[in-house]
Amino acid sequence: MPHASTEGSPPRDYLYYRHALPVRLMHWTNVVALTVLLMSGLQIFNAHPNLYWAGKSSYTGAEPVLAIGARQSDEQGAIGTTRILGHEFNTTGVLGLSRSADGQLSARGFPWWMTIPDNPWLSMARAWHFFFAWVLLINGMVYVAYGAASRHLSRDLAPDRNDWRSIGRSIRDHLRFRHPTGEAAKRYNVLQKLAYLVVIFLLLPLIILMGIAMSPWMNSVLPGWVDLFGGRQAARTLHFVAAWLLVAFVAIHVFEVIVSGLWNHLRSMITGRYRIHGERAP
Amino acid sequence: MSAPGRPKGEYRSAKHEGPPVLRARDARRRFLAGTLGAVATSLLGGCQRLSQSEWFPKVLGAGEAASSAVAHAVTSRRSMAQEFGDADRSPTFRSNGTAEPDSDAYRMLMANAFADYRLVVDGLVEQPASLTLAQLRALPSRTQITRHDCVEGWSAIAKWKGARLAALLEMVRPKPEARFVVFHCADPMAEDGTDLYYESIDFEDAFHPQTILAYEMNDAVLPVANGAPIRLRVERQLGYKHAKYVMRVELVQSFERIAGGKGGYWEDQGYQWFAGI
Repeated sequence: MPHASTEGSPPRDYLYYRHALPVRLMHWTNVVALTVLLMSGLQIFNAHPNLYWAGKSSYTGAEPVLAIGARQSDEQGAIGTTRILGHEFNTTGVLGLSRSADGQLSARGFPWWMTIPDNPWLSMARAWHFFFAWVLLINGMVYVAYGAASRHLSRDLAPDRNDWRSIGRSIRDHLRFRHPTGEAAKRYNVLQKLAYLVVIFLLLPLIILMGIAMSPWMNSVLPGWVDLFGGRQAARTLHFVAAWLLVAFVAIHVFEVIVSGLWNHLRSMITGRYRIHGERAP
Repeated sequence: MSAPGRPKGEYRSAKHEGPPVLRARDARRRFLAGTLGAVATSLLGGCQRLSQSEWFPKVLGAGEAASSAVAHAVTSRRSMAQEFGDADRSPTFRSNGTAEPDSDAYRMLMANAFADYRLVVDGLVEQPASLTLAQLRALPSRTQITRHDCVEGWSAIAKWKGARLAALLEMVRPKPEARFVVFHCADPMAEDGTDLYYESIDFEDAFHPQTILAYEMNDAVLPVANGAPIRLRVERQLGYKHAKYVMRVELVQSFERIAGGKGGYWEDQGYQWFAGI
């Protein structure tokens, strides 16, 4: 066995305590809150499935930037349509016209399986939305306070000099679905750190602020502050866009979790323990 | 030439005949998709049952209470809703809800341009009153260009002129126990002519400088579609608070015994009483 002498002791797997209990609890609270907020938000959107950009109200003479609706078409009968910046798409079955939970075709923005409650019920959607908005806000504030006090933010999330230097390699690794193993798997990689920081300190504060911007009462705190974002209707549009950016983040996050070890990651976010696969010395 | 007589179902199942590894992967995929679908469906069903339960909406109501408490804590009676310029006004101001009250009493008032209209102010006041439009117009007024935000999500901007509600209340002198102002309207919400629209606000809003009983919109007499002859403007709240066709202003200690007891037509249908968000 010519190689036996260079192999040394066999690699050993071991469990590494990766996520502290408060982080795990707050992570799953976010999962529930963001899911409810998205789905109840889409139900609220359905009450007026149009979004506006220019002007300080919905009725300025300008066309909405997004309009979801249903209409009769000569060739196809009733169809669901989505107009984005003046371009119309036939979205029958999903947007504009879709089957309800009981199988009835109905004119509605987003379909029943994407909304809470599943039937058109604006007041109930608002009740869900404004309860879980508080859950998300309080959870987020506790997280940032905990993250600062425990040095979780500075130790685990703030990129260091090595991170900035390895950014090119990290992009290439991600594109090839290659993930760090051994000791390197204990730390977040630089793209991961940046993604979390953007979500925690940019997207989530922005979406909460844009939600508050839609409140006529909160507009009176400092009259005109909403104009910094283009007015209430622009804030509504930004709120909607930020929601889908969060969905995109979650989609990539879940994808990365799956390709880099679904059960290992799930265990570490439930029990805190992450299995490190032993590395052979090079 | 079509494939020799093989039933469609069988042909489809033939697609899954492959190496055992692929078949297992396929089965696993279908199992995962099925599981995910079942979990999602039962979660959705669970949310639906929670919405329809007696207790859960009350839990959710904590959100409204928190929003109202914080909104009031960071503002005062002097916090003003944003006002706009003439150019910001919407070309047409959308009429939502009732466009013309379906009642004989209202049609009679409409027939002679509301000359017989009287606004009744009563309830917990020292000096109940009944005012003609001319008397309302003689009260201290305010003109404002404000944005109307509907609970559905749209906004429209118009110019409003009306009697300051604070001036009216100072005239009738609320009794110490009065806490809310209830607006009884002319428009029936049920097809049989019952369920008259109503709304209520607290004194924080009633004495706010921008809270007016509007009789003009965009420099013209308030149109029927927008609430003639009088509609409430309570600018820091959503559209359903801005009662149209106001016939009577009643001061109360509690609105529990009025209609559904929640303080407004839409509140009785489950909408939030605090409509500032």
